[in-house]
Amino acid sequence: MAETAKNEEVSDVVPSTAETTAEVEAVLDAPVDRGEPILQVRNLVKHFPLTQGILFKKQIGAVKAVDGVSFDLYKGETLGIVGESGCGKSTVAKLLMTLETATSGEVFYKGQDITKLSGRALKAVRRNIQMVFQDPYTSLNPRMTVGDIIGEPFDIHPEVAPKGDRRKRVQELLDVVGLNPEYINRYPHQFSGGQRQRIGIARGLALNPEVIICDEPVSALDVSVQAQVINLMEKLQNEFELSYVFIAHDLSIVRHISDRVGVMYLGKMAEIGTDSEIYDHPTHPYTQALLSAVPVPDPAAREGRERIILTGDVPSPANPPSGCRFRTRCWKAQDKCAEEVPLLAVPEVFAGKKTLAAHDSACHFAEERDVVHAA
Amino acid sequence: MPEPEPHGDPRAADPRPAMDAITPGDGGAMTLATGDARSLDEGPQPGVPGSGKSRSLWSDAWHDLRRNPVFVVSALVIVFLVLIAIWPGLIASGNPLQCDLAKAQEGSQPGHPFGYDTQGCDVYTRTVHGARASIAVGICATAGATLLGSVLGGLAGFFGGWWDALLSRIADIFFGIPIILGGLVFLSVVTSGSVWPVVGFIVLLGWPQISRIARGSVVTAKQNDYVQAARALGAGNKRMLLRHIAPNAVAPVIVVATIALGTYIALEATLSFVGVGLKPPTVSWGIDISNASVQIRNAPHMLLWPAGALSITVLAFIMLGDAVRDALDPKLR
Repeated sequence: MAETAKNEEVSDVVPSTAETTAEVEAVLDAPVDRGEPILQVRNLVKHFPLTQGILFKKQIGAVKAVDGVSFDLYKGETLGIVGESGCGKSTVAKLLMTLETATSGEVFYKGQDITKLSGRALKAVRRNIQMVFQDPYTSLNPRMTVGDIIGEPFDIHPEVAPKGDRRKRVQELLDVVGLNPEYINRYPHQFSGGQRQRIGIARGLALNPEVIICDEPVSALDVSVQAQVINLMEKLQNEFELSYVFIAHDLSIVRHISDRVGVMYLGKMAEIGTDSEIYDHPTHPYTQALLSAVPVPDPAAREGRERIILTGDVPSPANPPSGCRFRTRCWKAQDKCAEEVPLLAVPEVFAGKKTLAAHDSACHFAEERDVVHAA
Repeated sequence: MPEPEPHGDPRAADPRPAMDAITPGDGGAMTLATGDARSLDEGPQPGVPGSGKSRSLWSDAWHDLRRNPVFVVSALVIVFLVLIAIWPGLIASGNPLQCDLAKAQEGSQPGHPFGYDTQGCDVYTRTVHGARASIAVGICATAGATLLGSVLGGLAGFFGGWWDALLSRIADIFFGIPIILGGLVFLSVVTSGSVWPVVGFIVLLGWPQISRIARGSVVTAKQNDYVQAARALGAGNKRMLLRHIAPNAVAPVIVVATIALGTYIALEATLSFVGVGLKPPTVSWGIDISNASVQIRNAPHMLLWPAGALSITVLAFIMLGDAVRDALDPKLR
């Protein structure tokens, strides 16, 4: 591996996963035992119909917000999902929470397809899958006290906590997320953004769920507060053995918290793999372009680094390009890309090879290109 | 919190970088973090009164309202009007229906400050007793229209779909009926002179306005993340509507209803004036204004007192609605 030597040269200033070939092999040889997936997403599709007419509506098209997304989430792991605005990240989150009805596809929670559930069965599943919202200013009801907000899960699922116990449980939760338990009677507007997000996290934890879907949980916060919330989430993950689906557009934060990362583009998963597979060995051109935009603090490393600047806009999800969704902005695009939809699988060139580049990537012409480190 | 079950480190086999070995891009944000979440407690926000006494939007609004002279004056006027509507005897001991034709159209005299009308009735007594009909019609019609409008509009906004489309079109039909023409048509077939047909008519034509406001604010409130959060927790429709949506959608409805109350009182007077609203022997400002209007050149006092009372009442309710809107509208804060 040619890049290995270069990595070592700058390893003092770039404290990255400076891996030697031996280390890579050690990683690859280590038995990857993630156990049973807790959440299995299969060909998830969400089309929002575009309608015309007031009384007699007719469908004139559909916004293909999510168009065939599949991934697994294992117990105790964090799956990061990145992508630019409008690529369907948040819709995936809502589909996983069954806040939206999937057009087709399945989401299996412990083998049970939750997209088809309703009523009592759905309510039971919701105990185990909870969500942390993006905007801490709109995700808390301004008319309810913190005690009522965090206590509401117990009102909805009375079997979780006996009535007399609830106030104590709420105070424990406040303590767990690092807030003063005496704040129980305050209203959300009396807290700062970071504190509000902690309240939102406490609400998500109340039912002791196994999966927490985090839809850009720190995007609305200051950078310093982002770190606090992220560290809190990591602490809670270790404490309660949580699995996170962590949706964000900040690549650094996703790398920091994620065990595996999926890159989405225009409603499809472009590439998915462990964080070093994605960050150090990206094979999909879109991932490479995305990563080349990550700021590098070291000027020397920055000099030698290559920036991939994409031209054009993201195509409309109502009328996505044929074949590969990314072909309109891809520098490698050929006729094949317009005709054949690339499958999300280990690319043929890497199949069977012992390299971190051998992970799922939906590109006909996948090749490795290190864009994060100096070239 | 229940203790987490003992388990192996799920990441033991993962090639995940340790926290201090992340890519260059990671550096900035994370180094600011400290391990102890408790020490990060930022305390209450500055600017929030530190007394620990919490204030909701309603208490904030009340705090503002008490200091607003427009609100204080209009509220006092309304309290006074409501009192004399319930107990007119408090300030007028006479009987509004006991008239003496010999005194017809006489002007102000001791004990009868407003003079007499064409029938020889005491204008002061009739004006005081007329408050009851106006206030009763105003409050009952507003209550009815608000209840009907906000329930129908709220449900339409919450559930959407065909029910919403159907209701909105029905509301459009009622919007299309000119109110005076509608009154002439509907109320001319009613023989009763009591307040109830008038109340019914105003509710019938008034609910679409409230239902539009209610629908709009429910649709807005429904999209808030906290409603989604409640749904994600497994909350049913009833809980979402009553606990989360209604308290956050009710403010615009209250404002419109308060202002509508004033206009409904004026509408009752208008209908009585044209002869289809309240009918004698019910005592009403509208009837008195109607009777007095033909004699305006001979005896203007007969018109001025009931008309003045009507104007003050309508103005008081509209000003109150205005003040409430200012207090409840967060954009003006």
